[in-house]
Amino acid sequence: MDRLRGQLIVAGTASGAVLYATQPLSFWGGYDAASGRITDTHHPLAGETAAGMALVLPATRGSSTTTAVLLEAIRRETAPAALITRGVDAFLALACVVGQEMYGRSPVLVCVGEDEFRSLAEWPGLEVEEGALTRRER
Amino acid sequence: MSGGSDTVRLSPFDRALLAGEEGEAPKLAMRILARMAEVRGAGSMLDIEAAHIDSTIYVGDAGLEFAERLASLGARVRVPSTLNVSGLDEFHWQEWSVPPEWAEKSARQMRAYDSMGTIPTWTCAPYQGRQTPRFGQQIAWGESNAVAFANSVIGARTERYPDLLDICCAITGRAPAVGLHLDENRLATRVLRLRGVPEELAAADDFYPVLGHLLGPFAEEDPVAIAGLPVIPEEDQLKALGAAAASSGAVALFHIPGVTPEAPTLADALGGREPVAVLDVGLPELRAARRELTTHDEGGLDMVVLGSPHFSFAEFGKLAALLRERGPEPAVPANGGCELVVTTSRAVRDLAERAGLLEPLRAFGARLMVDTCVLATPMTAGTTRRLMTNSAKYAWYSPGLLGSAVAFGSLAECVESARRGRVVREPGPWD
Repeated sequence: MDRLRGQLIVAGTASGAVLYATQPLSFWGGYDAASGRITDTHHPLAGETAAGMALVLPATRGSSTTTAVLLEAIRRETAPAALITRGVDAFLALACVVGQEMYGRSPVLVCVGEDEFRSLAEWPGLEVEEGALTRRER
Repeated sequence: MSGGSDTVRLSPFDRALLAGEEGEAPKLAMRILARMAEVRGAGSMLDIEAAHIDSTIYVGDAGLEFAERLASLGARVRVPSTLNVSGLDEFHWQEWSVPPEWAEKSARQMRAYDSMGTIPTWTCAPYQGRQTPRFGQQIAWGESNAVAFANSVIGARTERYPDLLDICCAITGRAPAVGLHLDENRLATRVLRLRGVPEELAAADDFYPVLGHLLGPFAEEDPVAIAGLPVIPEEDQLKALGAAAASSGAVALFHIPGVTPEAPTLADALGGREPVAVLDVGLPELRAARRELTTHDEGGLDMVVLGSPHFSFAEFGKLAALLRERGPEPAVPANGGCELVVTTSRAVRDLAERAGLLEPLRAFGARLMVDTCVLATPMTAGTTRRLMTNSAKYAWYSPGLLGSAVAFGSLAECVESARRGRVVREPGPWD
């Protein structure tokens, strides 16, 4: 599968290398808004820089402060370019909605189904346009 | 945005707020809420009776700018709204290591939320104060541990409200009618079945953080029932369970048959349906989970920290008794300068003081921190390389937030370790 559709939650176009994990992530204690790096030592993507990338996660977990951390990353321009989740994640959606309100920008946010989510594991990079995801080499 | 805003049936009041008839702050708050209602696929909005605002935590300028924008628009809360921890112990931060810029911005964020007519509780355990919600009440709470407690132990109804949305609900008195606000989504769909757990272990204070740590990844985001618990847990044990499960996972509602109010029996918790998943948990799984909470099990400690969620009056009673029984800390440097820090709310500190429960802490040289916690403030910066705690939440987040190596232990082990300045294990029900 080199092209798939998801539900566009926050519109825009973006492209980037794919960072993929099947474990949920708390951005509080898990994402450093100063550097755009993933810092949750329990998470398989720990140490990776997600700023400007296409971050593919099933969902967030834990802390309510995830939204404030992602909003801070949006302000500092250290947020991922695109966020792809399995089903709707209200925490990430809220940060993107408020990012648009406050700073006029946010990552593109798309949610996809179970099968689509699994197939993204094999993609090195992707491009999002109007809810359509296209596979790209990095 | 997907879909059209016509998918959510807004009430005349909601539309009046959106049109700015109640002012600019409710207009902004309702615009965000209406978009989120749409994202969640809500059919309508509902009234809430109370809110708990997690947005108070200072994590950077964005949250501060959002708070100050609302405040500058004249925002006032429409329902009683308690405040979660901030980034600062407001009246004592000078005694700790806090960069002045952080202190200034954190204090500004506190002022912004103060100005909205909120209740300045500054605690992550608002359910152990006078603002405890009632069974069945619709509320909008932030703070993951508080959400788990309110839904599970009290039977109030709240979604997991993220920072920034909790205050929008408070300002409008409205919330999208989705998720745990609705009857049909409150039934357990998964069961964690305890097998062969001795009563002595199930009565121990360090059993519940471990159980919660296991519960989080299993439950995912679904309501979950815990079967086979051989004792009736205390309030603080349920608090520790929820905090742990909301750290290792996204648990917002657990049922314990015969203990929590929506689960007289396991069949009630499940609504008579078959669970989609069952996890059997015995001593081997519990011991493994307990080990997982520790990354540093030998040698020196910089700090022993208690109180996530915030220490309760009852917990101060237990700590005071242990400190009296074990005697004072050996003189520095016999314990290597290891500090004992307890995080709590102003209100509980004042009660503990009046009850004489803080005297043994002072004799020991322990320090109290109110309004905040070691994860949300730089107050303990540089002294948290090697931590020990009885809180699974501290154990979960400290490595990522503070760069700490962590030992998890019982309250008694924490006290003994603080006395000796190194990790001390005691024989007990885990053996």
